[in-house]
Amino acid sequence: MDMQVAKKKLGLKEKYQVMTRDLNWTPTYQKMEDIYPYVHYEGIKIHDWDRWEDPFRLTMDAYWKYQAEKEKKLYAIIDAYAQNNGHLNVTDARYINTVKLFLTGVSPLEYMAHRGFAHVGRAFPGPGPRVACLMQSLDEMRHFQTQVHAISNYNKYYNGFHDFRQWHDRVWYLSVPKSFFDDAITAGPFEFMVAIGFSFEYVLTNLLFVPFVSGAAYNGDMGTMAYGFSAQSDEARHMTLGLEVIKFILEQDPDNLPIVQRWIDKWTWRGYRVLTLVAMMMDYMLPKRTMSWKEAWEIYFEENGGALFRDLSRYGIRMPKCAETIRFEKDHLSHQAWCTFYNYTAATAFHTWIPTEDEMQWLSAKYPDSFDKYYRPRWEFWREQAAKGNRFYNTTLPMLCQTCQIPMLFTEPGDPTKICYRETDYKGMKYHFCSDHCKEIFEHEPEKYVQAWLPVHQIYQGNCFPEGTDPSAEGFDPLKAVLQWYNVVHGRDNLDFDGSEDQRNFAAWRAQATRNV
Amino acid sequence: MAVAAIREYSFTPLDLEEKFHGNRLLYVGWEDHLMFCAPFAFPLPSSMTFRDLVEKVLPPVYGYHPDFARIDWAAVQWFKSGQPWQPQWDESLEKNGLRHKDVIRFRTPGLTGLQGSCS
Ligand SMILES: [Fe+2]
Ligand SMILES: [Fe+2]
Repeated sequence: MDMQVAKKKLGLKEKYQVMTRDLNWTPTYQKMEDIYPYVHYEGIKIHDWDRWEDPFRLTMDAYWKYQAEKEKKLYAIIDAYAQNNGHLNVTDARYINTVKLFLTGVSPLEYMAHRGFAHVGRAFPGPGPRVACLMQSLDEMRHFQTQVHAISNYNKYYNGFHDFRQWHDRVWYLSVPKSFFDDAITAGPFEFMVAIGFSFEYVLTNLLFVPFVSGAAYNGDMGTMAYGFSAQSDEARHMTLGLEVIKFILEQDPDNLPIVQRWIDKWTWRGYRVLTLVAMMMDYMLPKRTMSWKEAWEIYFEENGGALFRDLSRYGIRMPKCAETIRFEKDHLSHQAWCTFYNYTAATAFHTWIPTEDEMQWLSAKYPDSFDKYYRPRWEFWREQAAKGNRFYNTTLPMLCQTCQIPMLFTEPGDPTKICYRETDYKGMKYHFCSDHCKEIFEHEPEKYVQAWLPVHQIYQGNCFPEGTDPSAEGFDPLKAVLQWYNVVHGRDNLDFDGSEDQRNFAAWRAQATRNV
Repeated sequence: MAVAAIREYSFTPLDLEEKFHGNRLLYVGWEDHLMFCAPFAFPLPSSMTFRDLVEKVLPPVYGYHPDFARIDWAAVQWFKSGQPWQPQWDESLEKNGLRHKDVIRFRTPGLTGLQGSCS
């Protein structure tokens, strides 16, 4: 007689064991160092990969189920938003430039994060971190896709959305986020994890996502809010992974500490430099503001980050060195950044504008020590000139920092009237930097950064014109040629918001939706 | 090795002088006038005189600022890599010792930007 044996169901703990750790094996006919060639050269010493703790104990089957649920909800909201012409409910059309900045500046990094985590997951000999990296790699792909899908709705109506992929590789200000991530994925697996997993995802992520998502909420952009929240639901796992990486590396060997500390110093600074874009978005681009950049920095970095680094001090880790410099910059960063984009908006794929009188009052109140004294005079002068039909367009290319690739717009720590210049010589050539931190990063690995693709220098070398362009021809207009090469349409995608096609269309469509015209 | 890499790693820098079609890069900054958000990068022939730089290259670049027309060039203080420096106006950039990717700045005493804000 056949006995019906009930199939034994695996407990959570066993399931985790079977579906993660047990997937690992020890090779017999290949050498470990041939299979994992990248784990030693950075100098990090790992003695026991089994000591890796996975706080989530998530297995792939459960992962798919959770993520599918999130996707279903997200796409329902995005579809409803699109079908109801949700874009006409945003506060005003200037807001849409925030979405352009996100799509062109942030979304491509999600894709790079996907690649990066796939790569380091493959590089680690331990099954624990490997599975965690696999999941994060898939998360990042999802973030990228959902952002592109959600934002594609805006592309039907507004300019500056049509070629974000190419812009990531070509446009001058997008070389800042691009070079940041390229630097990380060309580093070794441990540095990548400290750079992106810890410094970016753990220390700085709230300064990137919270401003964009709450900015979207305050300004009536349900689409952005929906993908923002959906991405953030993965964030707890990412942050835990970032923190676990640091603890694991530090517990493995005391020699790892100085290496990790240097990476934290480097990547907090590099990440912060990329956040320059967020600072100006918060203080200048959101028609309805959430909080100032300075306030956000104080809450998310000085308070929360401060607590984190106090906690990590038991491993010997201290606050990143750059925290002091940043304290000086927090009163100035957003103003200097938006002034820069106002200068160079003939070469941007979004619009800029002069803050309204109300907005200037808000800026004075939020920045009592800096706005009226240093920045208001600029805006008032530019406003006067614009009213006379003499809007300021700076068309001479700026000097860039060799490391962060940002124009040299930052001022000396403690003196907002002086540009901060730093330089060094390497193999007979001069290199210039925006700060001590960018200089130090270069000096540690000059061979890496001497290859930096600096947009300004590339334009002057003639590498940024459409094929067949003759720069020596009579009447050659370099700006026009560069915009063509970017696929940015002059007079439509760039220049001041005032008088733009976006402004006109939004006003007309909103009128149709709300009045009998 | 000046980079963390698994094997020998050395490449030509991207910005060697010979890549600039006979020009060399010169960076110029105007102190106390941060309405121009950053110093400028210029690709210039090394045979250009310093006078031509000041009298032909700079005016269209800085002329938008009301202070520019008021500059007393005889009183201007020059700096090269941050150190006080004296240009020879009728000598070439080369003779003035300006190499590829050098940075010079000028200070215009008495002129400190829009409403004295260094803008
Ligand atoms: Fe992400
Ligand atoms: Fe920099």
